[in-house]
Amino acid sequence: MIPGSFSYHRPASVADAVKLLSDLGEDARPLAGGHSLVPMMKLRLATPAHLVDLHGIAALKGIRRDGSNLVIGAMTTQHELLASGDVATTMPILHEAALLIADPQVRYRGTIGGNVANGDPGNDMPALMMTLGASYRLEGPGGTRDVAAADFYQGAYFTALEPGEILTSVSVPVPAAGHGYAYEKLKRKVGDYATAAAAVVLTMSGGKVATCSIGLTNVHETPLLAVDAAKAAIGTSLDAATLKKAAAAAEAIMAPAADARGPVEYRKHVGGIMVARALQRAAAVAK
Amino acid sequence: MAKTHVTMKVNGAEVEGLVEPRTLLVHFIRENLGMTGTHIGCETTHCGACTVDIDGMSVKSCTMFAVQAQGSDITTVEGMANADGTLSALQEGFRMMHGLQCGFCTPGMIVRAHRLLKENPAPSEQEIRMGISGNICRCTGYQNIVKAIQYASAKISGVEFREAAE
Repeated sequence: MIPGSFSYHRPASVADAVKLLSDLGEDARPLAGGHSLVPMMKLRLATPAHLVDLHGIAALKGIRRDGSNLVIGAMTTQHELLASGDVATTMPILHEAALLIADPQVRYRGTIGGNVANGDPGNDMPALMMTLGASYRLEGPGGTRDVAAADFYQGAYFTALEPGEILTSVSVPVPAAGHGYAYEKLKRKVGDYATAAAAVVLTMSGGKVATCSIGLTNVHETPLLAVDAAKAAIGTSLDAATLKKAAAAAEAIMAPAADARGPVEYRKHVGGIMVARALQRAAAVAK
Repeated sequence: MAKTHVTMKVNGAEVEGLVEPRTLLVHFIRENLGMTGTHIGCETTHCGACTVDIDGMSVKSCTMFAVQAQGSDITTVEGMANADGTLSALQEGFRMMHGLQCGFCTPGMIVRAHRLLKENPAPSEQEIRMGISGNICRCTGYQNIVKAIQYASAKISGVEFREAAE
């Protein structure tokens, strides 16, 4: 399987990359880790005439603290996320979820920017970013803007990115100290996308849920924030009836496709179970 | 399509070639360089048979273009033996523990395990299994591959590995 012919560009700055993508138009695609795009090109499901490889842009790499946020460069790999002490201590759910993405080889190449910008409903980071209240920095011919992860996803592979724009970094507010977290992902095997997955970040106070945010992966054409499910959990001690209620509220907004991972009813059902499990585990690790 | 001149280091030697942008790294290694130790299994980024070590990372060479490897330092299975030509601890482990049957996945397994042991010289069984989870073997059931890596880990640490192959 050999991809179609294309011209290869390797800009050294974001400005050069934006200019290339703007000038070359729809026939050009940015190339990050390539572990979604290259397989698609080999199958000729993607046939870009130009690839703009972002690996030459040093400014897109690295993880830094900016006030109460962690700013992660778009070309930071999953492997680098896993190696980051800052990520592991301040937002361990990111570490936990990165470990569930694909396999070691893919994580050496796969980037957080590619994962969140591609708009693939199967990707794990988008729902996590919504749960954490992250925002994305987009740079394009018209300048720079920040878009909340919760406003970024419009449909499967459709996002707020305008032609010529590149997602350059992800800014994640550091969750409160002592927060509880869990990413529960049901998958058939290592490397698979989720049959359904749920991210939970919460804080506890006096044995009751004080704040709660829940995100859902691969149960809709976009990642979802399960707002009603989170509301059902807040103020409770997550008793059995509450867990059932939260799971049902989450299932009510799911609209997964029937595929090899199972029929719609099954994927919704296990999606609810992922929510209940993630809530319980998050509460157990909260301080 | 115009060809691009690329240079890189493979198993310690400077190599060069002319490639189309669409030439996958694995094709460059096998066809331009004539080094066929790196295997092509699934071609869909799943099986790991094409794994090579690039600048300290295990990479599926079917999912990267040769032009992207410009200037990089690559080790393939041909570069795994000791400098004097004797088997490395890992190669010896695969031999002693019968870590292969048909052998098709072995180049990827050894190259991947090499990086795993560099990062974690004394992995637990679970860490080994997760560490090679991007490499598929259809013969062994993985048991003896895990033992081969445990053998190498023990040997690198100067300990004798006492378990027998299954």
